[in-house]
Amino acid sequence: MVNYIIRRFLAGILTIWAASIISFVVIQLPPGDYVTAYIANLQSTGTVLSREEADALRIQYGLDQPIYVQYVKWAGLMLRGNFGMAMEYNRPVREVIGDRMTTTIIVSVAAIILIWALALPIGIYSAVRQYSIGDYFFTFLGFIGIAVPNFMLALIVLYASFKYFNVQNIGGLFSPEYLQQSWSWAKAWDMAKHLPLPAFILGLAGMAEVVRIMRANLLDELRKPYVVTAQAKGLSRNRVIMKYPVRAAMNPFASTIGYLFPFVVSGSIIVSLVLSLPTVGPMLFKALVAQDLFLAGTILLLLSILTVVGTFVSDLILMWIDPRIRHGMEGQS
Amino acid sequence: MSQQNAPILSVENLHTYFRQDEGVVRAVEGASFDLYPGQTLGIVGESGCGKSVTARSILRIVEEPGKIEQGNIWLRTSGSNGSSQRVDLTTLDADSQAMRDIRGGEIALIFQEPMTSFSAFHTVGNQIIEAIRLHQKLSPKEAREKAIDLLRQVGIPKPERRIDEYAFQLSGGLRQRVMIAMALSSDPKILIADEPTTALDVTTQAQILDLLRQLQEEKGVSIILITHDMGVIAEMADAVVVMYLGQVVEEGPVDDIFHNPKHPYTRSLLKSIPSILAKPRTKLATITGSIPHPYNRPAGCSFHPRCPDFMPGRCDVAEPKLQKLNERQVVSCFLYDNLPE
Ligand SMILES: Nc1ncnc2c1ncn2[C@@H]1O[C@H](COP(=O)(O)OP(=O)(O)O)[C@@H](O)[C@H]1O
Ligand code: SF4
Ligand SMILES: [Mg+2]
Repeated sequence: MVNYIIRRFLAGILTIWAASIISFVVIQLPPGDYVTAYIANLQSTGTVLSREEADALRIQYGLDQPIYVQYVKWAGLMLRGNFGMAMEYNRPVREVIGDRMTTTIIVSVAAIILIWALALPIGIYSAVRQYSIGDYFFTFLGFIGIAVPNFMLALIVLYASFKYFNVQNIGGLFSPEYLQQSWSWAKAWDMAKHLPLPAFILGLAGMAEVVRIMRANLLDELRKPYVVTAQAKGLSRNRVIMKYPVRAAMNPFASTIGYLFPFVVSGSIIVSLVLSLPTVGPMLFKALVAQDLFLAGTILLLLSILTVVGTFVSDLILMWIDPRIRHGMEGQS
Repeated sequence: MSQQNAPILSVENLHTYFRQDEGVVRAVEGASFDLYPGQTLGIVGESGCGKSVTARSILRIVEEPGKIEQGNIWLRTSGSNGSSQRVDLTTLDADSQAMRDIRGGEIALIFQEPMTSFSAFHTVGNQIIEAIRLHQKLSPKEAREKAIDLLRQVGIPKPERRIDEYAFQLSGGLRQRVMIAMALSSDPKILIADEPTTALDVTTQAQILDLLRQLQEEKGVSIILITHDMGVIAEMADAVVVMYLGQVVEEGPVDDIFHNPKHPYTRSLLKSIPSILAKPRTKLATITGSIPHPYNRPAGCSFHPRCPDFMPGRCDVAEPKLQKLNERQVVSCFLYDNLPE
């Protein structure tokens, strides 16, 4: 068991390392570098940068060196918790990302919690009342949830609340008066009030997916012999279902905690733009366009770390809740 | 055995159908039999004959869309003043308190797959204690002690340790013992064992059958033993019901079934015994042809396409009725139609 944890932990570290290389290389892949992108940007406003100025910039950012040297230097910075300079902003990456990472985590976690809280009961209902009107209704809703892109949903909600309910600041995570304030209970509460809508929009597609999987899992479990055993004891049908097959059908979801996170974050980029949510999504997008190595690299790396940590945590949870894993058995259920 | 007594369970003309889009599966089509106190009644027939559905019908746990369409299931219970009364289980609501008291309390079930019959997420102790506390007013601690005691009774070594283990940590034989302990936890009057040894190896099979016999002697429980294995029937049963395609085709004391079988199907089943004694778990392959699917039950006698004594123009036209042959034997076959009552 301890072995297992250590193995998973080392695998996690290895994954983060691999992710750092891949993100670094991928960011470099487009032709040119930050300076070319910067020059092009300046030219469009009429300013022309001299060759010397450009070279000086390259040297300042270390862009003149071979890519592996750049990587090693960057990795060294990262390990020391110094994420380098955000070129575009000419400020440390740490400052630029600032609270955005926190809000990203909060919004994503809220979306995930909402996904579970709504999708699992719906999935259970749909399986237990298979082919009922309710089941068809939720299945239909699920198709819509998967088919409609979530930024579209965000636009519709924005439009509708503006036009029909005359709600002004539906987007954003904070009321205007809290925007510039530092964290306080009042600000946190203000955020909590703003959270459900973006969380719902972000979570809808995932929700449809979780409903579908939960329904299928539970239908499978309901047919298993242990259900008959439990019934034959004299338990009521509801108690049988809630104690045994639902428990078994929920088990696999523990392993999706880590995987839901990047799913929600990548889904959040356009939605965040539309709803003006202060998450890292839009910032990552801009940094990639500007080929801002340090900013994009840091964001990608932090997201990978969060994913790996999420996966590690879900492994631990799975081990904690699944006796077959805890007792080192590849059992059938 | 005590055949003079009134039966403790009487199944009368039971019909259980599964109505599906593809057609109606007539899983049980007019089965009748009686179970007497302290007796072991064997129900035998090939796989798919409706044995399990009959068992589930008695417990009222037939899966959707299965339904009891006709018939009665009379259970005799002893009232508080010692008098006995009869309830028709088919009239009870399947999820009602009355039916749930009977399920596990009066009639218990053990079945074939002891691995998948337990939840992998709960210890066996959790599952036994749950059964105990459902029917008896015991504190968790008392129930746990009782569970350990039961495990000891069914021959599980170190029961105070085993109780906290999961089914997948036990061997097949131990799992089936735990299953038996759980079934007997509330002292049921009737134990239905649906292929209790089919998944086990020969040695373990013999041990489990011994255990059942021993427990029956100690507790006086009546057993319905369902199997496709005539060898098991020979070893265990007092009386035998032979089922084919959801119907009872022959019924009688075990000696008559083995030494004086009447129905051609029973005779075919018996022909498969020698091979069974040699290789205990081979299928009943000696019967020609395979069982038709219950969607399209053959007209007339449903056994006629496979029957060595098939009489054209008779067996495929009309359906034979179950009739008394003598004091002990009941059979449904036109071969015996001309006999005086
Ligand atoms: N849930 C179900 N849905 C549809 N048909 C079923 C179901 N359960 C059993 N049957 C059918 O009922 C018939 C009797 O099955 P069963 O009682 O399990 O046979 P046995 O126990 O004698 O092997 C079979 O033809 C089987 O296909
Ligand atoms: S009725 Fe006819 S077909 Fe059916 S078992 Fe008897 S002899 Fe065979
Ligand atoms: Mg069966």
